[in-house]
Amino acid sequence: MNIIEINHVIKEFENKKALDSISLNVSEGRIFGLLGPNGAGKTTLIRIINQITAPDKGDILFCGERFKRQHIQNIGYLPEERGLYKSMKVGEQCLYLAQLKGLSKNEAKQKIYHWFKKLDMLDWLNKKVEELSKGMAQKVQFVSTVLHQPKLIILDEPFTGFDPINSEIIKNEIILLKKSGSTIILSTHRMESVEELCDDIALINSGKCILEGSVNEIKNNFKEHIFEVKFEGTLQNEIQHFDTLVIESGYGIFKAKNKENTHTLLKQVVEQVNVTSFNEKLPTINDVFIQSVNNE
Amino acid sequence: MNKLFLIIKREYLSRLRKKSFIIMTLLTPLFMIGVFVVPILLASTSEDKTTIAIIDNNKFNEFRLTSNLNLEYTYLNELNLEQHKTTLIETYDFLLHIPEIDSIQQIESSIEIYSINQMSLSTKQNIENQIDKKLTNMYLLQSGINPDQIKKSQSKSRIKTYVVDEQGENTKGNSEASFGIGLVGGFLIYIFIFMYGTMVMRSVIEEKTNRIVEIIISSVKPFELMLGKIISVALVGLSQFAMWIILGFVFLLIANGFIPLDIDVTNLNTNEAVLSSEIGSSLIALPIKSLIFVFLVYFLGGYLLYGSLFAAIGSASDQETDSQQFIIPITMPLIVSFVLVQVVIDNPHGALAYWLSMIPFTSPIIMIARIPFGVPIHELLLSISLLIGGFLLTTWLAAKIYRVGILMYGKKISYKELLKWLKYKD
Repeated sequence: MNIIEINHVIKEFENKKALDSISLNVSEGRIFGLLGPNGAGKTTLIRIINQITAPDKGDILFCGERFKRQHIQNIGYLPEERGLYKSMKVGEQCLYLAQLKGLSKNEAKQKIYHWFKKLDMLDWLNKKVEELSKGMAQKVQFVSTVLHQPKLIILDEPFTGFDPINSEIIKNEIILLKKSGSTIILSTHRMESVEELCDDIALINSGKCILEGSVNEIKNNFKEHIFEVKFEGTLQNEIQHFDTLVIESGYGIFKAKNKENTHTLLKQVVEQVNVTSFNEKLPTINDVFIQSVNNE
Repeated sequence: MNKLFLIIKREYLSRLRKKSFIIMTLLTPLFMIGVFVVPILLASTSEDKTTIAIIDNNKFNEFRLTSNLNLEYTYLNELNLEQHKTTLIETYDFLLHIPEIDSIQQIESSIEIYSINQMSLSTKQNIENQIDKKLTNMYLLQSGINPDQIKKSQSKSRIKTYVVDEQGENTKGNSEASFGIGLVGGFLIYIFIFMYGTMVMRSVIEEKTNRIVEIIISSVKPFELMLGKIISVALVGLSQFAMWIILGFVFLLIANGFIPLDIDVTNLNTNEAVLSSEIGSSLIALPIKSLIFVFLVYFLGGYLLYGSLFAAIGSASDQETDSQQFIIPITMPLIVSFVLVQVVIDNPHGALAYWLSMIPFTSPIIMIARIPFGVPIHELLLSISLLIGGFLLTTWLAAKIYRVGILMYGKKISYKELLKWLKYKD
């Protein structure tokens, strides 16, 4: 089931189309990477999903229902430009944000305790935000985004400002949130995070969706039939139907001249040397991103 | 609705808890008292009398100036003017010289004053008055008239003014008290709109620079956030008023304990005493409760009208310095009406007064200045309705700018851009 369906959404600013009849589906229970170069329209799309701005045309379905105001209670949003009230205490601030998302005071307090304990932040509750380091504040922001157990969590560049240790903690929390049934839309320029976390991605450029699908599917579609082989011995003969991209002692990379003959590589190599490892080199999302955007 | 309440609660409490709030609440009345009382105190207790040396070479002994509260004369007739001029004007503020003359009539045109600094107009008039009085008495005596008789026959009229309402009921009026209340009321509204308006603006800018605004508006509508902010600052203002009134009462109670409130009338000259007691009684006669009520209505109306505009300005600025270019045009009507209060008070029922008290941008200040002179109820109702319409309009416009502005970072906004924002759909 799709948690969000976006159908032909158009949004214009001063005659510039920020979103040009874009359509996208986000399936429930998955981590969805929303990718695109700067100025592609990601933030506009995210703001439309959060009902911060309204589309000029097109419609949006949330869990199959027409998008309504109360649906935002089921969304948690961590914007790219984010901050907290500096002179407010951390605990009060989280309580306020959770109540704005519709939690009762008691519910909110329980959730705050749960999350702050889980992430070992309990002694921050009575501190003012201005006393926290940037990374600590980021962590508080993350917690306040997910406190109300939203069905859909939208994270825009969630890892900026985190050291590798905290990045890892947040990454694991995102995976746990997915396991507990939440859907996550992740917008980031860090392709390694996309590789690690995302099940599906959509690539947006100039207000249009130019690529959409599961990460594996997309990688398969973009694969160039390149194979990496590790072996013992020396390759004497030329490999037929393949270009040799790299050949070193015990290591070679080969690219098929056409995809029909890819299955012959392993056979040819095994005849000559003792193969220790053989795998197909799939493109990274980074490669896919650059290639798709450049082709536009 | 519940969310609006949450916003108001947070904004209100966070302001009330600030140290600056407590300090401002305590200091503002002191400041106000300072503005009105200190100049009077300074003027009345000023101990530096103007010292004037006199070299009087005329033969008429009956012409002799006497020192008073402000002027201290020292007669040095034995000195020579040319020889001692420079030393005398160094020791005394002024040197007054009356040359040798043949008749009293010549005195008025022959008196000379020497000094290092130019004499102030008021001191000059003071001395001239004294000389004129003296001379008049002397002329009268010369013509065989007793000056005391003239004094007795001089009259000093005090017109009693009554304001008649529709039922034909008379209320004792007092132009002086109305003047004072109108002026002070207009001034207070002006200060408060500015004070609380900028408070709203700062708070909007703070949310923008903190970058929390996008998080908040993913839960509430930008309009709710703006409205919550404006309402909470209004509540802060009302709380502050309430505290000032309480402080005022406490102050009065304490003052009552220390200072006997019945002023010693014998020290004042009778005219002043009558006048001040009249102002006092007509202050009581003025409907204080309805004055306070009307004041609150216009404060709230004016504040809401300008407060939403200040919120819009804040949303279009990244820092407080960016806001300057927008503040000036928006506060222009405020400043103009403050300047025109004087004119309006002189003719509180004229066309200028009428129209300025109808235009929502000027009515809060102008109407408050007019109220003590009596404003027909239908004018008041029309003005209040227009004010309500006015703030609904500005709030609507401001909201359109606000929802776009709060999400714009790092861009200097022009007026052209603001106009474009007005046309954006949600």
